[in-house]
Amino acid sequence: MAAAEPQIGEYIEHHLTFLTNKPQNTLVNFTVINYDTVFFSVLLAVLFAGSFYLVARRASASTTSVPRGFQSFVEMLVDWVDSQVKDVYHGTNPLIAPLALTIFCWVYLFNFMDLVPVDLLPDIGGAMGLAHLKVVPTTDLNGVFGLSLTVFILMIFYSIKMKGLRGFLAELTLHPFRVKNIFAQIPLSIVNLLLESVTLIARPVSLALRLFGNIFAGEMIFVLLALLTLVHGYAGLETFSGWGLLLLQAGLTFLWGVFHLLIITIQAFIFMVLTIVYLAMAHEHH
Amino acid sequence: MHINLTLLVQMAVFAVLIWFTMKFVWPMILGPMQERERRIAQGLAAANKGEEELKDARAGAESILGEARERAGVIVDQAQRNASEILEQARSAATQEGQRLVAAAQQQIELDAARAKEQLRQQVGAIAVAAASKLLEREIDARAHEALLNEFAAQL
Repeated sequence: MAAAEPQIGEYIEHHLTFLTNKPQNTLVNFTVINYDTVFFSVLLAVLFAGSFYLVARRASASTTSVPRGFQSFVEMLVDWVDSQVKDVYHGTNPLIAPLALTIFCWVYLFNFMDLVPVDLLPDIGGAMGLAHLKVVPTTDLNGVFGLSLTVFILMIFYSIKMKGLRGFLAELTLHPFRVKNIFAQIPLSIVNLLLESVTLIARPVSLALRLFGNIFAGEMIFVLLALLTLVHGYAGLETFSGWGLLLLQAGLTFLWGVFHLLIITIQAFIFMVLTIVYLAMAHEHH
Repeated sequence: MHINLTLLVQMAVFAVLIWFTMKFVWPMILGPMQERERRIAQGLAAANKGEEELKDARAGAESILGEARERAGVIVDQAQRNASEILEQARSAATQEGQRLVAAAQQQIELDAARAKEQLRQQVGAIAVAAASKLLEREIDARAHEALLNEFAAQL
């Protein structure tokens, strides 16, 4: 086993490394780009937008035709998202519902990449000469923060648009502590600003990290399950216990896959609902 | 775990995707859905209305049919009454005619009988005169005894 130790480390490391234009040594470096995350994000975006656009065109071409197949599925999804939005948000902003649909579908597709066998695409990439390939964009902090920061920007944009800059700042500085005396209010406002800023910033951070954590952990489990037989290689097939491990691996991977199917759906749903809630709050006056 | 340009690219792609969904996907799916919903609601309402109207029309037809049946009954009754009336009239006319004919015949008979009696009386008178003249061997002056003969004849 001693000889296998570096192999395990290498394998895990291999699965945690992005395909980048150059190695990144600092925490933040905007000259580095993860090709794999960008590629799969755009691919899934095109898949989502393209398929839904085809349905939209067919649906709007004739309102009398009976929807069937994929169109029914898309309509069901749209109807469901619409009702989710209407439960929380009662305004007329035309952005929120399409945004919610986009988030749910895109995040779901991101997460679904987790259910592609962990070594399949990286090995194909390897055969094509790519050193690393991470196929799940939601296991990339850039991927999840890209989503949550966009939502955050929209939150602030609509807060200021609906309440004005004064209203937005008042929300930050006059809650939760408020007194009549203006001189007493100043130090309290500083405290308020600190508290409210934490609350405000915690939203995109928690939104991103919740998704990232769940999907990253899920991927990690798949990688670890893959390790069960990896350390033995083909030699494992010569022993009874080697076959036992293989069956155990297959069974556990299946069970985890089924469970993970639930997790990826729930995570996509949570991300969508929280986005709706945050944007609805941005529209509300306190 | 590094933050890099991917973040900005991801945000840009996301923004474009949101814009695309908002512009070309969402309204073009939800719009036709709402339109279809409206159509279905209309169709159901129309079906309901049609059913109501059918019910009304059935009731109307039923009442018209009943009225017609009633009127037909009245007409048939009337016709029967007319027929029996006509029959009655014909019968009574025939009876009257018969009675009239019988009466006329009786009158005729009485007349004939009276005439025959008259003739007979006159002939009996003549025969009586002839017989008497033969018996008396002399001529009876018919003229002189006319009054007597007439009285005699009247006694026959």
